[in-house]
Amino acid sequence: MSALQKVMGWVDDRFPLTATYKAHLSEYYAPKNFNFWYFFGSLALLVLVLQIVTGIFLTMNYKPDSELAFASVEYIMRDVDWGWLIRYMHSTGASMFFVVVYLHMFRGLMYGSYRKPRELIWIFGVLIYLALMAEAFLGYLLPWGQMSFWGAQVIVNLFAAVPFIGDDLSIWIRGDYVISDATLNRFFAFHVIALPLVLIALVAVHLVALHEVGSNNPDGVEIKKKKDPVTHIPLDGIPFHPYYTVKDIVGVIVFLMVFSAIVFFGPEMGGYFLEANNFIPADPLKTPPHIAPLWYFTPFYAILRAVPPMFGSQFPGVVAMGASIVVMFFLPWLDRGKVKSIRYRGPIYKIMLALFIVSFVGLGYLGLLPSTPVATLVAQVFSVIYFLFFLLMPWYTSIDKTKPEPERVTG
Amino acid sequence: MKRLKNFLFLLAAVPVIAFASEAGPQLDKAPVNLSDQESLQRGARMFVNYCLNCHSAGAMRYSRMQDLGLTEDQIKDNLMFAAEKPGELMKVGMTKADAKAWFGATPPDLSVVARSRGADWLYTYLRGFYRDDSRATGWNNTVFDKVGMPHVLWSLQGEQIAHFKTSVDHEGKETHVFDRFELVKPGSVTLAEYDAMVGDLVNYLTWMGEPAQLQRKQLGLIVLAFLAIFFVVAYYLKKEFWKDIH
Repeated sequence: MSALQKVMGWVDDRFPLTATYKAHLSEYYAPKNFNFWYFFGSLALLVLVLQIVTGIFLTMNYKPDSELAFASVEYIMRDVDWGWLIRYMHSTGASMFFVVVYLHMFRGLMYGSYRKPRELIWIFGVLIYLALMAEAFLGYLLPWGQMSFWGAQVIVNLFAAVPFIGDDLSIWIRGDYVISDATLNRFFAFHVIALPLVLIALVAVHLVALHEVGSNNPDGVEIKKKKDPVTHIPLDGIPFHPYYTVKDIVGVIVFLMVFSAIVFFGPEMGGYFLEANNFIPADPLKTPPHIAPLWYFTPFYAILRAVPPMFGSQFPGVVAMGASIVVMFFLPWLDRGKVKSIRYRGPIYKIMLALFIVSFVGLGYLGLLPSTPVATLVAQVFSVIYFLFFLLMPWYTSIDKTKPEPERVTG
Repeated sequence: MKRLKNFLFLLAAVPVIAFASEAGPQLDKAPVNLSDQESLQRGARMFVNYCLNCHSAGAMRYSRMQDLGLTEDQIKDNLMFAAEKPGELMKVGMTKADAKAWFGATPPDLSVVARSRGADWLYTYLRGFYRDDSRATGWNNTVFDKVGMPHVLWSLQGEQIAHFKTSVDHEGKETHVFDRFELVKPGSVTLAEYDAMVGDLVNYLTWMGEPAQLQRKQLGLIVLAFLAIFFVVAYYLKKEFWKDIH
């Protein structure tokens, strides 16, 4: 017995190291037919790590104080060694997190990855998405620019639209009557510790649930149904390590090339990742002429604006915006289709999914623009399609003409 | 694959459409060239002479101008009027309260003004002052109407007046739009020379908005080259591992 084996034996008697390694990597059997869309899960994990590491280094020089915050960011950009790189990685990472997560969610929609027995994976995923939105919103206040300040003002004011308790609620969130130093301090606390903990915990349970039931695949068939009679290994399964680790490295490099191209050559991304107005220090007395949230929130912002105020209250819009996210939780039970994957779905689902994507991207675009009567009308149409995709799903998935699923995955 | 292409196309089209819909005053293209060190040095001199009396650049240290090919002594002798040590930040003596009383608004800090306004805006703005007797300072600006800042560079550019024309838009609404300038009193340099000087100044402001930007792009090329090589290695590694998977 070698020295290494002795050490491993000693550890394994006290901690399931080898067993864990086997269960999650070397003997976790993933379907062999993953395609392009299956890169985004591991990439989301990569971006999470990048955000945490760059965040730690930013925290070493950032000052969560309304008098100092803006200048401390510029200090990081100029006087801290490699500060500009760390800051741009963090700001680009925030947007790229959403790019990756949206593509990851779209994959789930296409291949029915939320269907039985993966309902909890999907629910944990939606919770991750919610936590991520909260994390991004809180972090965006920290540079203390004009858009930080007024964006936060607009969003916190949404809570003020809640009947009866709204005003008290928004003051409770801000810790003040306006966005102020108190708000900045608490947002900082939530951004750097509370939500990262929540995110990490949710990612952990997302993965535990995934590894319990096994991954879905582009064919939407269960590989565990066909096992080798002797080894009990799924016939279409391959060990995650080394097969998908080496494959994901290729994905990681391509992703990092895109990421680096943005960080090094266009960190502002034409004003979508870093807004020009956010290079003006926050000024509570000067409202910018046009306040738009960052691009990854705009679909929901457009839904909010598409709902007209009722009884002099914006509350219905806020409810619609909340419902547009809450409805995602019910997806596993709304889908009555006989097959999971889009490859074997009928035309109705394909059309509905295409309409949904067009509406979501369209809402995202409209949310960036100042509202005009025409834009509001288009946003209303898109919002209705958005909700109909979910609400009519039990009906259109059950009448849709599906093709038969194959017995085994098709490569 | 086709669906993927359509989807990516939609994503790519969003910024293009957003840009196309933006309106505002017509801006002239600023001649920004950050590799032109002499232009940046001339711009730095313009900046400390003309701007850094009312405007601060509170994130910028004098010593950082060494990145523009200047020595510490050159900076001390030629560019530092209000500071003792090259490591100091570019602050101004004027208090915010005084500034507000004198100009109606505190002159903004210019550290990152090129990032919030954009080089083209600054270039057009600094060439867009015209005589307007209705204003307390006697000056107005085509890009920034009723601006509180007087024309600090007037002795260089001279005095110009603006001609406006009335245009009718498609809804029949009449708008007063800027037509052209007329130089009524020449300054100490020709207009072409003045444009070049403002160009240098805007070039400097663009650099000052992010002094690390040249280094950033250089490093970016190295990083991308490294990733390209890494990609080839990783691709063949993957192929090697996967050759027995069918």
